[in-house]
Amino acid sequence: MPEIDVRLVDVTKRFGPDVIAVDRINLEVRDGEFFSLLGPSGCGKTTTLRMIGGFEEPTSGLIELQGQDVTWLPPYRRNVNTVFQNYALFPHLSIYENVAFGLRRRRVPDREIRNRVTEMLQLVELPGYEKRRPSQLSGGQAQRVALARALINRPAVLLLDEPLGALDLKLRKQMQVELKRIQQEVGITFIYVTHDQEEAMTMSDRIAVMSAGHYEQLGTPEELYERPTTRFVAGFLGVSNMLRATRLGEDGAYALVEVVGGSRVRVPRDRFDGRVEVEVGVRPEKIRMLASDAEVPAQLNRLPGRVAHASYMGVSTQYIVQVADQADLTVYEQNVERTVEGSIHRQGEAVTLAWMPEHTFVIRDAGAATGAEPD
Amino acid sequence: MTAIARDLAPARPRPGARQRLAAWVDRWGLAVYTVAAVAYLLMPIAVMIAFSFNEQVGKFNYQWHAFSLAAWLNPFGRPGMESAIITSLQIAFISTLVATALGTLIAVSLTRYQFPGRSATNLFIFLPMATPEIVMGASLLTLFVNTAQAPFDAIIPKGLLFPLGFNTILIAHIMFNISYVVVTVKARMAGFDRRLEEAAMDLGANEWTTFWRVTFPLIFPGILAAALLAFSLSIDDFVVTNFTSGLTNTFPIWVWGSIRNSLPVQINVVGTMIFGAAVLLVLGSTLLQRRGH
Repeated sequence: MPEIDVRLVDVTKRFGPDVIAVDRINLEVRDGEFFSLLGPSGCGKTTTLRMIGGFEEPTSGLIELQGQDVTWLPPYRRNVNTVFQNYALFPHLSIYENVAFGLRRRRVPDREIRNRVTEMLQLVELPGYEKRRPSQLSGGQAQRVALARALINRPAVLLLDEPLGALDLKLRKQMQVELKRIQQEVGITFIYVTHDQEEAMTMSDRIAVMSAGHYEQLGTPEELYERPTTRFVAGFLGVSNMLRATRLGEDGAYALVEVVGGSRVRVPRDRFDGRVEVEVGVRPEKIRMLASDAEVPAQLNRLPGRVAHASYMGVSTQYIVQVADQADLTVYEQNVERTVEGSIHRQGEAVTLAWMPEHTFVIRDAGAATGAEPD
Repeated sequence: MTAIARDLAPARPRPGARQRLAAWVDRWGLAVYTVAAVAYLLMPIAVMIAFSFNEQVGKFNYQWHAFSLAAWLNPFGRPGMESAIITSLQIAFISTLVATALGTLIAVSLTRYQFPGRSATNLFIFLPMATPEIVMGASLLTLFVNTAQAPFDAIIPKGLLFPLGFNTILIAHIMFNISYVVVTVKARMAGFDRRLEEAAMDLGANEWTTFWRVTFPLIFPGILAAALLAFSLSIDDFVVTNFTSGLTNTFPIWVWGSIRNSLPVQINVVGTMIFGAAVLLVLGSTLLQRRGH
């Protein structure tokens, strides 16, 4: 059982009587983990992070750091460091003094400071930048300095508040890889706040997907993507096809449900919580598209449909398939078998959609059909 | 119209006087205006400096006689002048120090914290600047005189506020200087990124260290500008000082007193010195601010 580094117990933050930024969150972040808080803006992820850092006091609840209650401790009494959204480098100090700031506060001897700053700037690949000023750095470099300034203190937990938000796409990708490398190298627990689902997926060990002050689902990127349990998670992480379904009965390890147009679909039984009216979903790339008269293996789920739209996207083609004149399903097909003549499936063509029952997930909050449509 | 287009255009009659005037204004107008405006601003100073090299003939330094360094070689050689200058410098120095310290704290708390009475304080800070100086001086005089009477004389030590003198001038100067300091420092605080303070605390600095290591160095240019402003306001204040000075002379009061029967060249000399010092200070602070960015 890995040690728990950060524990949030029923943490709530209100701003004024009407605004609940964080609503009774319970979280346990394990030692050495890359943990992400993922959600749209205003979901409470940054407020949660700021409470762990000590910049906001929770209205109620408990925050523990390595077993110690830090709920009411000021930031400078907590063994955590933060990488701020816009870096917050001290403009009046050199890069050396910026990175050395934390060590100087702890009265570390000059010689050791020198060694550790040099070492740190090497880790973030900015050796020789000691004498520069923050205003002389590019965004990516400032980001690395901010990281070095925080990590040099060897905190128990590093908090990162959308640290790559201000960088352009290419640099962001590069920094994602680098952040992950650094995290593995130093072995410090990272708590990472982002609204970018791809960023969270690439780097995190576990993700809490947040919405409206609480988290909807917590798990590994794979769990969240393969088996989202709420409509919001299904829509926020990637694209999902959702179908209203009524549970009819059992078929071995599967439950049998009826979806649009009276078709029957099998879903692993353990994904149900006993309700009859649910929503089931399947990811677009899990669906195979076959000619309507093709032989379909018996163990697969299948739905008849008609191609409503096809758009070529390079590596893949995205199809919109209409099922029973009611539901539009998105299907991605890799362009491996694509002929030079054009689409494999044309608009208006009748097709059969087939996928493995295991790829069907069940939404547990089917009643709450709020926004979060596939984009 | 490009040059070529103009050449290709059908020959027109020579431009009239109006067009030529318009073209001339177009070309030189801004330069002439600028020179005139700058000259207008600098003329009194130029006259003051020039007349500090005048030869003293008679009591009044109103007419040019001959070039002389006499006044510069003996700049404080008038009865009462030296002590008046020293008093002025002392008051300017102390009032700047106190007003800058208090005003900075007020500015920081006004921009930083939400507290009951905050907007009222913001308003009150402006009042001394908006009040006519002569009204302020008169009411200060009334206030100070009343402190020597019952029931206040029981609490306020004798000689602190009455008879008028050094203390009362100082208190008056600190008062109006605070307003100017608050306004100047507040302007600097407005652009201050609070996350820098959070970052400092995050890195282990408590509130005190955070202020001295991060907040203060970053708002220092604003504080310096405020201090310079306070100093220059104090050193040449006449109206409020005239009401609150009693028998004590500051330099402006001394000049006013002496002008009735003489206007010595030394006044221009001291004026030129103050001007020179001010220019140096402003240059220095500009350089400092530039380095800070």
